[in-house]
Parts: sequence; C-alpha cells; structure tokens
Amino acid sequence: MEILVCVRRVPDTAENEIELNRAGNDIERDDLVYSINEADNYAVEEALQIVAKAGGNVTVVTVGGDDDEEVLRREMAMGANQGVLIKDEAFNGSDGKGIATILKAFVQKGKYDLVLTGVQAEDGGAQVGGMLASLLDYPFASLVNSIEVLDGKKLKISREIAGGNKEMNEIDLPCVLSIQTGINEPRYVGMRGIRQVASLDIPTFGASDLGVAASSVGDAAAKVKRSDYFVPAMGKGAEMLQGSREENIENLIGLLKAKGGLK
Amino acid sequence: MLNDIPSAAQATYWSIPGPVLFSVIAIVGLACFAYIVAKRLTPLIRGERDIRFDRPLLRLERLFKYWLGQWKHPRYRTAGTIHILIFAGFLILAFQAFSLLILGISGDAVLSRFSETAGHLYGPIKDYAATVVFLCMVIAATRRIVFRPARYAVPAKFGKGHKADAIFLLALIATLMASEGLIEASKASLQAQQGGQPVELLAVLSLPWMMKNALFSASSSTLWNLYRGAYLVDVLTFYFLLCYRPFGIQFHVETSLFNVYFAKLDRGTVKPVKWGLDAAQLDQVKSVGVKTFEDFTWKHMLDFYSCADCGRCSDQCPANAVGRPLSPRFITTKARDYSFQHYPVLGASGNGKPLIGGIYSEDEIWSCTTCGACEEECPLLIEYIDKIVDLRRGMVDDGNVPKSLQKPLKALESRGNPYGKMEKKRAEWTKSADFQKTCNVPILDGTKSADTLYFVDSITSYDDRMQSIGRATAKILDHVGANFGILGAAEKDSGHEVRRFGEETLFMALRDDNVEAIKASGVQRIVTADPHAYNALKHDYKDVPPVEHISQFIAREVKTGKIKFNPVEDADKVYAYHDPCYLGRHNQVYDDPREVLDAIPGLKRVEMSRSRDRAFCCGGGGLMLFYEPKEDQRIGVLRAKMAAEAGANVIVTACPFCMVNMEDAIKVAGLEGKLTAIDLTELVDKQLVRESPNGVVAGEQITETRQEPSSV
Repeated sequence: MEILVCVRRVPDTAENEIELNRAGNDIERDDLVYSINEADNYAVEEALQIVAKAGGNVTVVTVGGDDDEEVLRREMAMGANQGVLIKDEAFNGSDGKGIATILKAFVQKGKYDLVLTGVQAEDGGAQVGGMLASLLDYPFASLVNSIEVLDGKKLKISREIAGGNKEMNEIDLPCVLSIQTGINEPRYVGMRGIRQVASLDIPTFGASDLGVAASSVGDAAAKVKRSDYFVPAMGKGAEMLQGSREENIENLIGLLKAKGGLK
Repeated sequence: MLNDIPSAAQATYWSIPGPVLFSVIAIVGLACFAYIVAKRLTPLIRGERDIRFDRPLLRLERLFKYWLGQWKHPRYRTAGTIHILIFAGFLILAFQAFSLLILGISGDAVLSRFSETAGHLYGPIKDYAATVVFLCMVIAATRRIVFRPARYAVPAKFGKGHKADAIFLLALIATLMASEGLIEASKASLQAQQGGQPVELLAVLSLPWMMKNALFSASSSTLWNLYRGAYLVDVLTFYFLLCYRPFGIQFHVETSLFNVYFAKLDRGTVKPVKWGLDAAQLDQVKSVGVKTFEDFTWKHMLDFYSCADCGRCSDQCPANAVGRPLSPRFITTKARDYSFQHYPVLGASGNGKPLIGGIYSEDEIWSCTTCGACEEECPLLIEYIDKIVDLRRGMVDDGNVPKSLQKPLKALESRGNPYGKMEKKRAEWTKSADFQKTCNVPILDGTKSADTLYFVDSITSYDDRMQSIGRATAKILDHVGANFGILGAAEKDSGHEVRRFGEETLFMALRDDNVEAIKASGVQRIVTADPHAYNALKHDYKDVPPVEHISQFIAREVKTGKIKFNPVEDADKVYAYHDPCYLGRHNQVYDDPREVLDAIPGLKRVEMSRSRDRAFCCGGGGLMLFYEPKEDQRIGVLRAKMAAEAGANVIVTACPFCMVNMEDAIKVAGLEGKLTAIDLTELVDKQLVRESPNGVVAGEQITETRQEPSSV
C-alpha cells in the first residue's frame, strides 16, 4: 500500500514559553523550538505499522520552507521511505483551502492508496484533511483511532466519539483519514537515526512542478485571514462545590457523568 | 614406600587391568570435557569484541584479592565462610585429585616422587581439607533443604528453582570427598594389617581417620574390594563432575578465574557502544546496542557462565526490593539458559532471536537505577550496568522507548535540559533578590573569567526546590573566596543519564557542547554539587579540567580552617548521611561528607544499616525521575524508613536527585514531622561561621591555598 502522510512543523508547546509579539498579531518566534505536529507523528507511526503488515511505502510531505526539512528527516529517521518538501513563494500566506489545493495537486501527481493527516495542527484548525478529501473527491473520515486493512480495497476504521465511545466504519480506498493522537505509541526517534538520514535527498516541488495556479493559493487566494492573536485572560480556577456532603456528592457525580468520566 | 601394598594400577575390574580402564576413562572424560568447553566457547567467539587484555598487573592483583583472596565473600557471613572453606579445600585437594588420577594409570604417587617429606606433610592437610569440604557440603545442603535463605528462591516469573541441581552438585562433591577418604582409610588399614610396613598416618578426626577406625575389623579382602571400589567411584565421579560442571552454576569453578581476571577495571564508566569503534563512526553502523544474544560481548557471555546463582545481587537490588520487574540475578541466569538452549552441546547452534520480548521485558530493563549495588556485591565481579545500558541502547535504536522518557529526551535534544525550559533561563536561580544581595555568581560567557567552574546541571538550575542547593553551593564557594563562575545558558545537561538510558548519540552531542563551553571559559578546575554531573565530568568526558564534588571541596576547606561551623541549634536532632550512588559506590567518596558532618559541633550522627558501599539507592536520578516504573512501592520510601529505623530525624544527602526522592518518600511514608531531608551544602551553608577572622577572604591568598592537587 502506498501511503502519503501530510505533516507539519509547529512550535513545540511543551518546550516553549509562548508569548505574544509586540504587534500582537502573532507569537514571539525568536526563541522557539519546533517539532513535528504531534498528531502527524501518530499518523506516520500508523502508516509505518500498516506498511509493516501489508507492504508498501510511506511518503511524508509538508508544505513550507527549508526549515521544515527538519521534521521530514525526523519522520524519515522513524522509517518513512521518502520525504517531499513543497515550497514556493507563491504558497506563502495560504489558508487551509490553499494548503489543501497544493496537497491535492501533489497527491494527483503520484499514486497513493491512502492519505493520512494528523487530526489537527497544534497551530491550525483541523481543516486540511477534510478539504483535501473533498478536492480529491475521496471518502474521508476524521478522528480515526484504529485502522485495519480488510483487503486491498477497503479499511475498517474506528472513530472517536464524544464520551469515549467508538464508531466502526468501513471505508473504500483511496481515501483520506485524519488521525487522532493515541491511535498507537509512536516509536522514539534517536539522534543517531536523524543523523543517518541527514544526507538523504529530499525532493522539492514548486507551484509549476505541481501545476498549481498561483492565483488559487497563497495570500491572494486566502479567504480566511488572521486578524488578531491573543492569550485569553486566566479564568477562575477550580469550581468549588457548595452545600452539604450529600449535595456535593450528587453534584460531583452529575459533573463527572456530564464530562464522560462516569457511565 | 607408600605403594608397597597394591595400588589401583594393580587392580583389575571385570578382568580389565586398572591402567587400561582408567586410561580409557581419563581419555573419554577429558575428550568430553574438551568438546563441551569448545561448544560453550562458540557463542563467545560469535560475541562482540571486548578489550580486556590491558593492564595485566592490575588484573593479577585483583585476581589475588577477589579470586584467591575471596574478598567479597565475608559480606555474607555464613554463606561466605562456607564458600571460603570449600574454595580453600578445593585448592588443596586439586593436587590430591590429580595424583589420584595418575595413580590408577601409572601406580605412581606423584608427590612422593618429588619429596617424601612433602608427601607426609601434604597427607594430613589434604585429609582435613577433604573433611572440611565434606562437612561444608552437609551444612550447605542443610541450608538449602531446611533453612532455605530467601535469596535462593526463584519467583515463578523468572523460571524454575535450582534447589535440586544444587543438592545434586553438593552430593557429587560429597561423594568425591567420601570416596577419597575411603581410599585413604582402606589403604591405611591394609598397610596396618599386613604389618611390618610403615603405616601412613591419618590425621586425627579427619574423614579417612574415622573411616579407618570404622574398618577396624574388616578382612583384608574386604578392604581391598573397598579400596578398588572407592577408587573407581572417585575417578568416575571426578570425570562426571568435570563434564557436568559446564551445564549450570557449577561452571563457575572453571570460569571464575577468567571472569575475575577479565573483570571491568574502571568504576563509574560505561562501556563504549562498540569496542574499537570510533565514536564518529557510530552513525555508519547498521545497528547499535544489544538486541540479540550475539550482540553481547564475549566477556558479558562469560559473566553468564560464571554466575553461581548466589542471589546476593538481587538481595541488594533496590528495584527488586520494591517489586519492579527487575532482579539482576535473573538477567544473568535467563541469558545463561538462553545460551545453553541455543548453543546446545549436541545439535546446531541457533541465533538471532530478539532478547526484548523474548527472555527480557522492556520494563525489566528500564527498571534499573544503575546504582551499582549488584556489582558491588558479586563475588565473581559480574557486570550488570553495562549490559543494561547496552540493552537500552538496542531499544533506543529500535525506537522502543517509553512515552514517559520520549518527551524529556526530545527536550534534551532541543533545549539541553529534560524539562524543555528555555536555555536563557538556566541561570535564573542566581537572580533571586535575597541571594543576589549576598552572593554574586558571574556567568563565564567570555566577558568574565574565573579559575573554578561551578557546573550546576539541569535539575539544580531549573527545579525550584533544588535551586536552593545551587545557591548554597555558590555561597560556600563565595565564602572561601573561590574565584568561580557558571556557564549559564551555555551549560547543557551533563547527559549522565542520557548515556545510561542508552541514547549515546544525544549524550555525545550534549557532552561536546559542554566540553566546548568549558574549554572556552578557561577554567582550571570544576566543582559540582551533583554527583551525576560529577561522574559524567570525571568519567564520561575527556579533556576537561579536574572535577571535584562539593563535599570534597568542603572537607578540604574544613581542614584548612577556612570553613568553620556554628554548633547545631537543636542538639537533640540525629542526622544520618545517605550515600548518593554516584558519589559513594561509583566514586568511593564516602568519608569526605561524613567528615564535614562530624566537624559540625554538637551534631549527632548515626549510620543507617545500609550505608557506604552497601547504601540503598534513593530511587534513581536524571531520566529515572520521568520513568513510570511498575512497582509495589517507591524505592525512596524504603530508604526513608531505613533512616527512621536508624533513629535519625534528619537525612543528609549530597545529590539533588536524592533530595527529590527523599522528600517525596518522607511524605509518602507518612514520616513528615519525624524526618526531614537536607542537602549537605544547605546544612553547611546554614552552619557556616560567617565572620571571616582577620579578613581572610582575599582572592590572591585563596588561589595559593587552592593550588594543592585536587583528589581527582
């Protein structure tokens, strides 16, 4: 099975102190460390596990700049067969649909049975997977937390439903799936592994290579534009239950049930 | 003269002349033994390289101490004493066994040929030796059957018990001793009955002596038959035992000599990923670490053969004590079983099965705190930490790392500390207003220089509680007028646990950054209050200035008189010093911290039952703080209880990780209010006499006194 995984490099929320920049329209990016978007990492791991069972290849692709090669190499060290960087000045400022348009062009240049994305980017809005499927006219399932290859043409997948329930689906290939974190346990990528793939060639595709019209992507085509960015004021802390012990117990059970913690 | 009565060589067995029969037995026995040993060597030849032929004089010295001198044995008094007696007995009887075997073939008493006096002298010694060994077999079997020390038990998850094997072995040795006694006794009785011959004197109360007395009224034909029979039994038992030994714990009789000679010489170090491979070539190797049995080095395989299954390692192991899935003894015995199964004496040698998921579990290998208690105890100097690290290297290489460790490792890669904190905040601990008023800590970033570097390391730099250790250390250095500074943002994690958790390449990157920063700072010496950093700088780093732990520094300044202490405020408090593993066991710094404590007027100090080289780990430092082990209780809780049992109200340690574990443990154990933990630096800082007499704080003068060679 030929699998394409769309990945993205994001500021690592665990290792940064995110602060607003002076202009107040973005975060301060000077001292940030980046890493692979967590959900994308799960998607790559899932692709590797599928290929380990069913055979095939895993390609990772990202739309970005030279700096983003870093995450492609990390995923190649993890075991992806190939990394592809899609880069063009014309792509700068693309909104979700713009990115999906670019990826669609790339998918159509190859022959992929399965396209995976992370459920959402840590700095994004969970838009690209669905739009990509739609542009390709492929079936789509989101929040996927297990995949089983039924035969060459179908997958059995489960999706996470609020409250911790699972919904089982069958889906025809080729399709696009957005992968939920927790679907597997991504393997560790050691520094030695990254160094071993450091000199591997990463092909780069631009707008003309993909046959993407500059007018359909980038800043000019973006219909969703960020107008502001702010850190919300800290809300009040814990909710203190008031009342007698019995009332508190009852309230607590009610709250736990409402949040899916109790059945 | 002793051979005037017919010897075994003159005997016939089923019409076969003795010399023919015994020559055949000898040839078959020796051939079998040679074949079996050759088979046992097969995996060693396939194993990884290991450089163990260096420093022969030091190795010989250690051979005398640990093998001939049985140095570790008295640590377990009963078992150790029995072993020393058996070992000494075997050494004495080796000659007797050899001459007996020759006797049957040539009819010659070997020793008498050289010197009759020697023969007469050796006689009673060997009689007593055989008696002692025989008695030891009885005692050992009784221990196994009746007293059953807990450490011999084998939990079901680790395989079958070895009691039957042990008793069979003891019985074989006892048979050997008894048959030799009977040979001597029947021969002496025959000599006495034939009269007119000088009778070989048997040592009073020895086994042969008692047997001779028992045979007092036996006829000479009975005695002759007894002699013949005992001789045959003795020879058969000897060769059977010889060929049986390579099948179990008894193999250590042969391998121990080699295992002790080739044992690891350098404490505190970790073996290279591959011996003889340049670190720069590490990226080009296909696979690193131990994944299959054949990835172990030949010496580590020899370790497996050499284990006597005495259980002392696991008895001391903190991970085993709290029910983690690790028991060092079974790391060895499971590998030995694997080796015997896959490299059988008869049949083809197989190989290549993964060890993790096979004989070892992931959690088993991650459970080790690398405290070194097992290695300290092993009478045969079997290594564990290097094997654990090698197995972890294999898991890291396969991407098989617990999620709880992946985040800190990634943070170490991107930020140089396991918490993912910003590099520029590494020196924040120096900036608290109160502290800055009393002590200025310069950052050696090129604009300032100093001769002493205080290497802080990650936990002391970033952890709110441990920053107090950093400030106390700086105040002590400042008090004695040391010309010191820190690296600030240029300092990275020492990588000590990164290496011991198997991420060698990441460790090398951290080390290289630190070495570069240390060299750029131009310092001549390094001080640290973190034993893990101390061990890394001392053993894992190369080409850095000499390093000292702060306890060594303080102890010296107490002697020079530059550090003086006020009496303790509460004279009723009882202090116990907890040895951090990487200060104590791995670096043998036991006395300096104790001397510092004893220099504090009015301080009452007790020792915990497990201290110094038998100290019990706090639970482990570095990445071990992130690992979520499967355990019945925390290691630190056991340690806190030991302090309480010793009658201490204050546990003094000298390591920030010990502090984390002890403070947590005190809460978990419910000992709050009864027991507190304090770092040595914090205590010293608290007790310091601040008024500097005659104003001795001038930098010049200090530099002079600081020029004595540090003890590294």
